Amino acid sequence: MTAKLPKSKIVVRDLNFFYGETRALKNITLDIPEFHVTAFIGPSGCGKSTLIRTFNQIYKIYPHQSATGQIILDGVDILQDDSDLNRLRARVGMVFQQPTPFPMSIYDNIAFGVKLYEKLGRSGMDERVEWALHKAALWDEVKDILHRSGYSLSGGQQQRLCIARAIAVKPEVLLLDEPASALDPISTARIENLVIELKKDYTIVIVTHNMQQAARISDYTAYMYLGELIEFAATELIFTRPSRKETEDYITGKFG
Amino acid sequence: MRERKRELFSIQNRRRAVNLLSQACAILTVCFGLFWLGWILLTLLRYGLPGMSLHLFTELTPPPGSPGGIINALVGTFLIVMLATLLGTPVGILAGTYLAEYGQTGWLAPVTGFVNDILLSAPSIVLGLFVYETYVIWVGHFSGIAGSFALGLLVIPVVVRTTANMLKLVPNRLREAAAALGAPQWKIITMITLKASRAGIITGILLAVARISGETAPLLFTALNNMFWSKLNQPTANLPVMIFDYAMSPYKDWHDLAWAGALLITLSVLGLNILARSFFKQMPLGR
Repeated sequence: MTAKLPKSKIVVRDLNFFYGETRALKNITLDIPEFHVTAFIGPSGCGKSTLIRTFNQIYKIYPHQSATGQIILDGVDILQDDSDLNRLRARVGMVFQQPTPFPMSIYDNIAFGVKLYEKLGRSGMDERVEWALHKAALWDEVKDILHRSGYSLSGGQQQRLCIARAIAVKPEVLLLDEPASALDPISTARIENLVIELKKDYTIVIVTHNMQQAARISDYTAYMYLGELIEFAATELIFTRPSRKETEDYITGKFG
Repeated sequence: MRERKRELFSIQNRRRAVNLLSQACAILTVCFGLFWLGWILLTLLRYGLPGMSLHLFTELTPPPGSPGGIINALVGTFLIVMLATLLGTPVGILAGTYLAEYGQTGWLAPVTGFVNDILLSAPSIVLGLFVYETYVIWVGHFSGIAGSFALGLLVIPVVVRTTANMLKLVPNRLREAAAALGAPQWKIITMITLKASRAGIITGILLAVARISGETAPLLFTALNNMFWSKLNQPTANLPVMIFDYAMSPYKDWHDLAWAGALLITLSVLGLNILARSFFKQMPLGR
């Protein structure tokens, strides 16, 4: 199925994941291509969120969650080398399903992450904040209210603020965990355009419940079911000529 | 069909009746509680208001038969309570933070939380005796500082519990979002979760202050009382013990001062509680 896959950014080999004793991912093996959008689809509980939560090791903030196998980011196995989790998370950013502005101003929401890694002067930080907000297509709406609380924004704006916050630290990979599922269609369209825009500079991995969304914005699509990777191929292939019966059933709505 | 309709009708009637009954019970219970509260407040106002005068705030506690105020007791209570809060609050916030943020694994946090809850409902006189045994006897005399120690011990469990509870209200996704940016845990706690629950934690501190400002038993063994101005390392005048002493006395003018003091202390505790509530409303959580 992989005639001309571009360079892989993340290489996953035999990944298993456990919530305590429960095995949530079963021998996942796949390659995430660089500077493309890779979408994960599948019914609730199939493990797609669990999978992308291993890419930045965010599951490690909870006890009793563990992973085995290999996740190789640019040639280094991040499951073995957990010497600097924070550095890894600077390279692999994440945006969650629910907008999560921090309890501080719009400006500080973005500066918070940047300050963790860089010492920028006043004007340097101003520039970075503006740059990130531009990237997230939020600048025009908030440029005059940068010192208002992040909570004062609408849901769609909050989510774009979170994307801006993730971009501001200049990661290499952006993980989006159903970023538009809590938003209205207009905000969703904005975020989709944004994703297509962003893939020039970032490797993007997106989990979505919305198959049209996957079809619209992704280059590659993976279908997961019950913790297994059923099929992974170029998006137009998955949506027109899936090679597995299960994928076809899911996509055509016979199942799920 | 008709049979079924009638059945439904009777079920609904029964539900309505049960609902009415439980509502009536709830309202009656509220009235029962409010009745005593109202009675206490009215009694306090009736006997306390006549004693209200400027002298209260300008003059020392008098010997029986001469005019005076309770300024030394007011200031003493203020200082003792403030010192106790300053001592107890940092310990409480830090311990509460540990319980909520670090104590996910192991036995230390659950055990500490359990012991803390015992301390929360421990009779306050026990804490007074504890400070008497460990500090007052060691120093050799009663003092305001000892009173602050005893009250500080009362502050700790209240602040621990509210801090831990408020931090647990902060949704995990906020922690995840900060961790996903690569923030280390201490930064997540100090800059995100403590900030998000600030209003709730302040509420807890205010409630603790309200709780200790009326405590009498721990002060009997520690601060004792004083008819005059004193430093905090000597026996120090304070409202609760002053009220106790004066109310027990046979003198009418002392009774009046005790009533006035009781009214003042009740009003300030009431005020603190109202303040605490208005703070809690600001919590930006639960959205």
